Amino acid sequence: MATVQKKQKTPLIHIVKRPQVAWYHSIIVRAVAIVAALAFSGIVITLLIGENPLEVYSSIFDGAFGTSRRIWNLLQSMAMLLCISLAVTPAFKMRFWNIGAEGQVLIGGLATVIVMMFLGDKLPLPLLFLVMTAASILAGIVWAFIPAFFKAMWNTNETLFTLMMNYVAIQLVAYFLKVFVKDGSGALRPMSEYGFPAIGDNQFILNIIIVAALTIAVYIYLKFSKQGYEISVVGESENTAKYIGINVKKVIIRTLIISGALCGIAGLLLVGGTNHTINVETAGGRGFTAIMVSWLAKFNPLYMVLTTFLIVFLEKGASQVSTDFRVPEDISNIITGIILLFIIGCEFFLQYKVVFRKTRKEND
Amino acid sequence: MKKLLALVLAVLMLASFAGCAGSGEETLGMSESPLAAPTLTVDYEIPADFKVGFICLHDEKSTYDLNFLNAVDAVQEATGLTDEQVLVKTNVPETDACYQEAADLVDQGCDLIFANSFGHEDFIIKAAKEFKDVQFCHATGTKAHTEKLPNYNNAFASIFQGRYLAGIAAGMKLNEMIEAGKFTADQAKIGYVGAYTYAEVISGYTSFYLGAKSVCPTVTMDVQFTGSWYDAVEEQNAANALIDRDCKLISQHADSMGAPGACEAKGIPNVSYNGSTYDACPETFIVSSAINWAPYYNYIIKCVATGTEISDDWCGGIAEGSVVLTGINQGVAAEGTVDAVKKAIEDLKTGAVKVFDTKNFTVGGKAVETYKADVDTDAKFTPDTEAVSEGYFHESEYRSAPYFDLRIDGITLINEKY
Repeated sequence: MATVQKKQKTPLIHIVKRPQVAWYHSIIVRAVAIVAALAFSGIVITLLIGENPLEVYSSIFDGAFGTSRRIWNLLQSMAMLLCISLAVTPAFKMRFWNIGAEGQVLIGGLATVIVMMFLGDKLPLPLLFLVMTAASILAGIVWAFIPAFFKAMWNTNETLFTLMMNYVAIQLVAYFLKVFVKDGSGALRPMSEYGFPAIGDNQFILNIIIVAALTIAVYIYLKFSKQGYEISVVGESENTAKYIGINVKKVIIRTLIISGALCGIAGLLLVGGTNHTINVETAGGRGFTAIMVSWLAKFNPLYMVLTTFLIVFLEKGASQVSTDFRVPEDISNIITGIILLFIIGCEFFLQYKVVFRKTRKEND
Repeated sequence: MKKLLALVLAVLMLASFAGCAGSGEETLGMSESPLAAPTLTVDYEIPADFKVGFICLHDEKSTYDLNFLNAVDAVQEATGLTDEQVLVKTNVPETDACYQEAADLVDQGCDLIFANSFGHEDFIIKAAKEFKDVQFCHATGTKAHTEKLPNYNNAFASIFQGRYLAGIAAGMKLNEMIEAGKFTADQAKIGYVGAYTYAEVISGYTSFYLGAKSVCPTVTMDVQFTGSWYDAVEEQNAANALIDRDCKLISQHADSMGAPGACEAKGIPNVSYNGSTYDACPETFIVSSAINWAPYYNYIIKCVATGTEISDDWCGGIAEGSVVLTGINQGVAAEGTVDAVKKAIEDLKTGAVKVFDTKNFTVGGKAVETYKADVDTDAKFTPDTEAVSEGYFHESEYRSAPYFDLRIDGITLINEKY
């Protein structure tokens, strides 16, 4: 028996799931990860551009919090990213890989801009806002419903389907700009007269309030509602869901309708509440960044406020570093990448631990 | 055996590299530029607290933005402005973020702010209306002469003249290939990758075509649009599609390395834009025309520093040093190109040659005697200004940004969807 065991080959290292760690332990680990990330990116900064890392860090803070305008911009960018992250979360929790948020947001924005363009001078403003809202939500729902319906009925691959829907949305926006911007420049004049009103002097407050309300609503929906529970069960195991009598097809379609509606609202806020115009960059890749936000926060809308903050903070900081030190933004992106890598890495080590092969002596 | 094979291959590769380098030294190399950027004269004092901000759509990876960034470096060197006085914001999209960045530059104490992309215009106007003490300048825009804000200004250059000169180099290359028997005169076709069917692009490819036609009368041109100012993959695809359509030479008005890269890969001569792509494409690059923004930067900094008014619609030409050419790649260009281009520069300077001379092109088989252009931008894009008189189309004279948008004979637009 002993000989057989000796012959068994144990790998040099293997990975074991950790038992639940104490809360203070996890906070310490995360803090250490951030310090390590800063130290490591400091070395990279010095090697690459020969600048003092402390000055670079102070530039990152300056870019995010330097003036009250920058703080408002930070909050506005957070609101937009968070809104889309909220949208993808129910689908992801259900293990439905909706990577079509970019397109769902764009199509919501396109619906908004079309309403502004054709009904702007025909409807009183309050009614116009209602129509804009309804149109954007409906457009987002349609864009999410199509892949959900195919998935539920014929089990098509939702990753590819939603991805392709992005391109369709982008091309529709390009086509719209081609047809309705007669000078051919592809730049549509902002229709600020039909934009959402500023509260006080600040055009961002309304966006921020709406997204804050949505965050709480999605949190409650996922955590306390029966539908939220059904989403979790379908995500964990479709067979279990079927066994306990959940209509999986219905849950998939219903959840994607919610996902699409939230994306539509994001498009509404980006067009009606912020830019008052549209181009193919309006969603700006947020539909994909949102996936990272949602994953990092383990699909918890309240944690997502933190992860959104982290990503937007780094983004604003990176842009400031690029201006302050006249370095390409790619270098700032390298720093962002390092910090994110350390944070994602530490989440891994909070759940798993690495075990080295014990030496023979110990075995004996 | 494998090792031996690898060794042989390695030696072969080295030998072929050496071969390339050897032959390169004999024939390749760039000529002096026939139309180089002039030295900037700084005959004014700049206050110590002066600050200028630059807003760019992309960063140095886009040839369009690199051209602006190089001008920033040039003017900074000439004026001695420090990095604290010159704030550069890159990757600023054509959204409300552009207004936010402009406002942020005002917060940082900028006295002068310049934005480089067409779609920035409305957001810069918004900032100009709010921050009346700051001067805003915008490249390629069209609205300053109608908005009439004291602190908002447009600028462009008569780059169609530069395109025309580059076109001459292209036409001579085609002639050389015809004489070498590579194809017949009626097969001489240029491919052109454009961004949008927008006047700036139409004016650009038409002047380029007319330059080529002035030396190679049988030339025709196919234009493929990408629907984006900056999309490396689309531009590369468009260039390849044009090459497949039997185009013998490619040029482009789009901002990535897509088209020049495709030409280098297939050995098709390329006339570039925005600056030299010689380093990346030494075997196919002929010449590039570009707008040199440094004279304009020098001018607006002088105006703000000395408290004089900035022209609300400034158009630089050959005389101002705003239109420049790179050196001509002797390894690819036809013999005598440098001299022919130099002669054409003199003709343009004296006015003996007009790029859009109505004798040199027809529309629908007929000569153009009158054309109303959309010079004053309005929501419906109504044509408002007679642009043809004295036998030529007056490009960039009634407004700095181009408004020539005639579809002339000899040029086929493959996909007008953009």
